[in-house]
Amino acid sequence: MMVKEITVLSGKGGTGKTSVAASLAVLAQKTVLTDCDVDAPDLHLLLKPEVLETQEFKASRVAVIDEEKCVQCGKCEEHCRFGAIENLVVDPVLCEGCGVCAYVCPVAAIELEKRVSGYAFISKTKYGPMSHALLNPGEENSGKLVSLVRKNAKKIAEKENCELIINDGPPGIGCPVIASVGGVDMGLIVVEPTLSGIHDMERALGLLNHFKIPSLVCINKHDLNEENTSRIVEFCGSNGVEVVGKIPFDQIVTESMVAGKPIVEYSLESRVSKAIAELWKQTLKHI
Amino acid sequence: MPKKKRKLMIITVASGKGGTGKTTVAVNMALSLENVQLLDCDVEEPNSHILLQPEIHETKPVYTRVPVISEDLCDYCGKCSKFCAYNALFVAPKTVMVFPELCHSCGGCALVCPKNAITEKERQIGVVKKGEAKGVELVYGELNVGEAMAVPLIRAVKNQMKSNKNVVIDAPPGTACSLVASVHKTDYCILVTEPTPFGLHDLKITVQVLKDLGVPMGVVINRAGLGDRKVYEYCEKENIPVLLEIPFSKKIAELYSRGVPFVAEMPEWKEKFLEIWDDIKRRR
Repeated sequence: MMVKEITVLSGKGGTGKTSVAASLAVLAQKTVLTDCDVDAPDLHLLLKPEVLETQEFKASRVAVIDEEKCVQCGKCEEHCRFGAIENLVVDPVLCEGCGVCAYVCPVAAIELEKRVSGYAFISKTKYGPMSHALLNPGEENSGKLVSLVRKNAKKIAEKENCELIINDGPPGIGCPVIASVGGVDMGLIVVEPTLSGIHDMERALGLLNHFKIPSLVCINKHDLNEENTSRIVEFCGSNGVEVVGKIPFDQIVTESMVAGKPIVEYSLESRVSKAIAELWKQTLKHI
Repeated sequence: MPKKKRKLMIITVASGKGGTGKTTVAVNMALSLENVQLLDCDVEEPNSHILLQPEIHETKPVYTRVPVISEDLCDYCGKCSKFCAYNALFVAPKTVMVFPELCHSCGGCALVCPKNAITEKERQIGVVKKGEAKGVELVYGELNVGEAMAVPLIRAVKNQMKSNKNVVIDAPPGTACSLVASVHKTDYCILVTEPTPFGLHDLKITVQVLKDLGVPMGVVINRAGLGDRKVYEYCEKENIPVLLEIPFSKKIAELYSRGVPFVAEMPEWKEKFLEIWDDIKRRR
């Protein structure tokens, strides 16, 4: 059985990716859920996972200078392209672990130590299994951690006979987003009808096109600015992208967040929930 | 050294969670100040220019260095790929493959190559644009679509910083390396959050990054009135000053949706942004 995979993304942050993804998690059957926003994850606040397994994520290294061996020649500083060595002290924040300093050191005073950059979790929720992670504050390698989250999700999907993986993606279009969309069957873009939202959606669509991933768009808070909503519909129409849903603005979404529940569970009868149910129905036709 | 602290400041506006109002705060703050430069370091999704509508007078390409293998000199020993910490080189028996998008431009491969078969070439990852609008000098970066690494472009934007101006930096969302690169060597960080569980959760992670970096901080609560009081309780407990509250208002949201900075229509807010600036100056 082929496991299908869909990623919710947006370009711009705060458009409602996680609120939508959490509700899809409730509506979808036989699904593994992931949070690919590994440096500011929020999906667990709604899905309340019980962690079954924790994995250390060691992807990066940091240079450590042995002061006793160091002859203060300054070669490491001269060759470091990240400006991470100043007066023979390594700034672990700037160090990218390339190893050039250790290579050029004439007295082998520098070693590269592996560091724990974060943790990956395999969990269960009442809506299905969940794969998520937490990058340590300020770390790099978020893309690699996202890949680990997706790899874990695939393993669970096969083991538990799930047909679908829903990834809650990070904002932006860089490294962790690329890792979240690579090879998925569908990218669902959540856009808000603001000029910034439209600008960022266009770049997110550009990214999906770049990697030849089919895309769908859903407009969140569409009634905040109907003129911009029409512009989005028009733009999508002329670029062959289907708008699969329009969700109205309603403070009940914030209420459900405060209650720690996906909106479709908090208030199934709300107009927001109805719009998300319709959005899911339309999305399923494409996957 | 003059006794008085210098009057100019570099302030970063960050958030952790996306969409809390970083750009709104950064742009409205810049519009309220004099002699100011705004650096938009959200190079993946820059938005400041949408609110400022600047006249762009310079667009500069930004490059990183990536290896080029001379197949004439290469004997496929594999030392370069063994050294590369980022898996950007793959050596097969009769060929070497370079994956430029994985390369961090450390220069290590060229150093370790015993045959001097590796040189470097420049590869464009995006552009830096400079412009001006309403008395604000704007610099922003635009990462090419499909490009993974934002940090070199963020550094290129920050290299345009002027020492004779007040500087406001609009940081990208998240708490990873892009945030660190943006906030590095700034005097103060304003964290924009919203009074919701998501806002609070991501605020906590961002506070940790700033503590690790030793950057002093204060909070601006946007969409005040929505959600709950937990962000306020957290700030009080952690001794983080709440510098300003921007109420949840349909008018502000509607102005933003049309790309209008709200101080333009509600000039009384300029005073409030100036007050934060002075407040921060006193705290330093």
